[in-house]
Amino acid sequence: MKTARILPLLTFVALLLGWEALVHIQNIPAYVLPAPSRIFVALREDWELLSAALFVTLKITVLALALATGIGVALAILFAQSTWLERTFFPIAVILQVTPIIAIAPLLLIYLDAGTAVLACAFLVAFFPILSNTALGLSSTDHNLRDLFDLYGASRWQQMRLLRLPSALPYFLGGLRIAGGLALIGAIAAEIAAGASGQGAGLAYRILEAGYRLNIPRMFAALVLISVAGIAIWLALEFVSTRLLARWHESTRARSP
Amino acid sequence: MSLLSLSQIGKTFPNGTRALDQLDLAVSRGDFISLLGPSGCGKSTALRLIAGLERADSGTLTWDEAKPDIGFVFQDPTLMPWANVFDNVFLPLRLKGVTRADATPKIMDALTRVGLGDFADSFPRELSGGMKMRASIARALVLRPALLLMDEPFAALDEITRLKLNRDLLELQAELGMTVIFVTHSVYESAYLSSRICVFSNRPGHIIETIDVGPSGPRGEEFRLTSAYLETCQRASAALEQAMERA
Repeated sequence: MKTARILPLLTFVALLLGWEALVHIQNIPAYVLPAPSRIFVALREDWELLSAALFVTLKITVLALALATGIGVALAILFAQSTWLERTFFPIAVILQVTPIIAIAPLLLIYLDAGTAVLACAFLVAFFPILSNTALGLSSTDHNLRDLFDLYGASRWQQMRLLRLPSALPYFLGGLRIAGGLALIGAIAAEIAAGASGQGAGLAYRILEAGYRLNIPRMFAALVLISVAGIAIWLALEFVSTRLLARWHESTRARSP
Repeated sequence: MSLLSLSQIGKTFPNGTRALDQLDLAVSRGDFISLLGPSGCGKSTALRLIAGLERADSGTLTWDEAKPDIGFVFQDPTLMPWANVFDNVFLPLRLKGVTRADATPKIMDALTRVGLGDFADSFPRELSGGMKMRASIARALVLRPALLLMDEPFAALDEITRLKLNRDLLELQAELGMTVIFVTHSVYESAYLSSRICVFSNRPGHIIETIDVGPSGPRGEEFRLTSAYLETCQRASAALEQAMERA
């Protein structure tokens, strides 16, 4: 199935070539729409600045994702202990989720220093899909298997470790993949909201800064890096997910067409 | 020698369904008892009560000695999909705190008995329906239970697999000296397997007829051709029809 891989790549290359040609034929100035080659030049010239910014943004994203995973899974396990706990605290998680992060960010920036506020925003958006998916997974355990564990006198902890957590794993991994993308979005949104006070100087701050200076190629270059970072996170989580589910889950089963 | 007896057992579910009413059943060691009846007649509930997965509202369930180790086989193989066959069969021992090293000979013995000795490393999704059920039976046998409870275990299997498993089950019972209580809605299956058939009637579930078939033990395919087998089938069918009419 080589065509399945080559086709999207060819389409992408054709798109870039079309863009390049359009800019040259129409003589569009770089401060309106830079050609891909010009963006590539900006990427190389500003590499020191941009790679440092990329590192800052990635660090926050990964940290937020790790926090969201730890706290999300811990809360889901806690909720699984009693429906009473779940009914009490789940609505709060929902409220945090449905309030757009870009609206919360300015407030957080007042209470916290810029770096912490950005981390908090990225955490807030990433945490909900992990919590809700893991909670769903923990409550979707096969009833016959639960009976079996009861029959053999399994303790609560044994049920959790040997039965409920493994059967929640595919749900958790689905949540994690969504959370990975959201953590990056949350970090970028918070950096934009932080604006000039963004001392940490992540990629979003560099976009804003380049915008003020009308350095459009650099804006595009930073944008490219954000996309690449998002794709890299997605691929990494996809890889982890496939590895963990490889031999047993239906989602990893090859089907002949 | 008696193993357990149920006396005047009643059970009503929270939704108001009266599942069992005045159920009496005496089980002796070495029995192979089939609970035969239409769907929803409470035979699975009776099995779950014996396993201790449900509590009766009324009546008494008495074990002759202490409650023995029980193996339970569900209609679905109910294997953990994330664990290979070995680890699935290891489960009952693991929950009892037995180490993997101590458990290994017992697990391999159980797997060999059901004919899965070469499939310890396979995952459930790599097995056929019949093999999954064999793995499920191996898991139930690994504790060497005195009592094996089976809830329509072969209902979803094809005819040939089913006949083979029926034959193997009788051999296993004889080898391991188990008592078996087997829920089914198949007249032919119950007539082939059982030493005694208890025909259940619909809601509320109770036994309307008990048919003694003969001593338990391995039976060849030729047993299905004997006049005794055909007579048992006829009696069981008649009783089952009667049970359906009452519903």
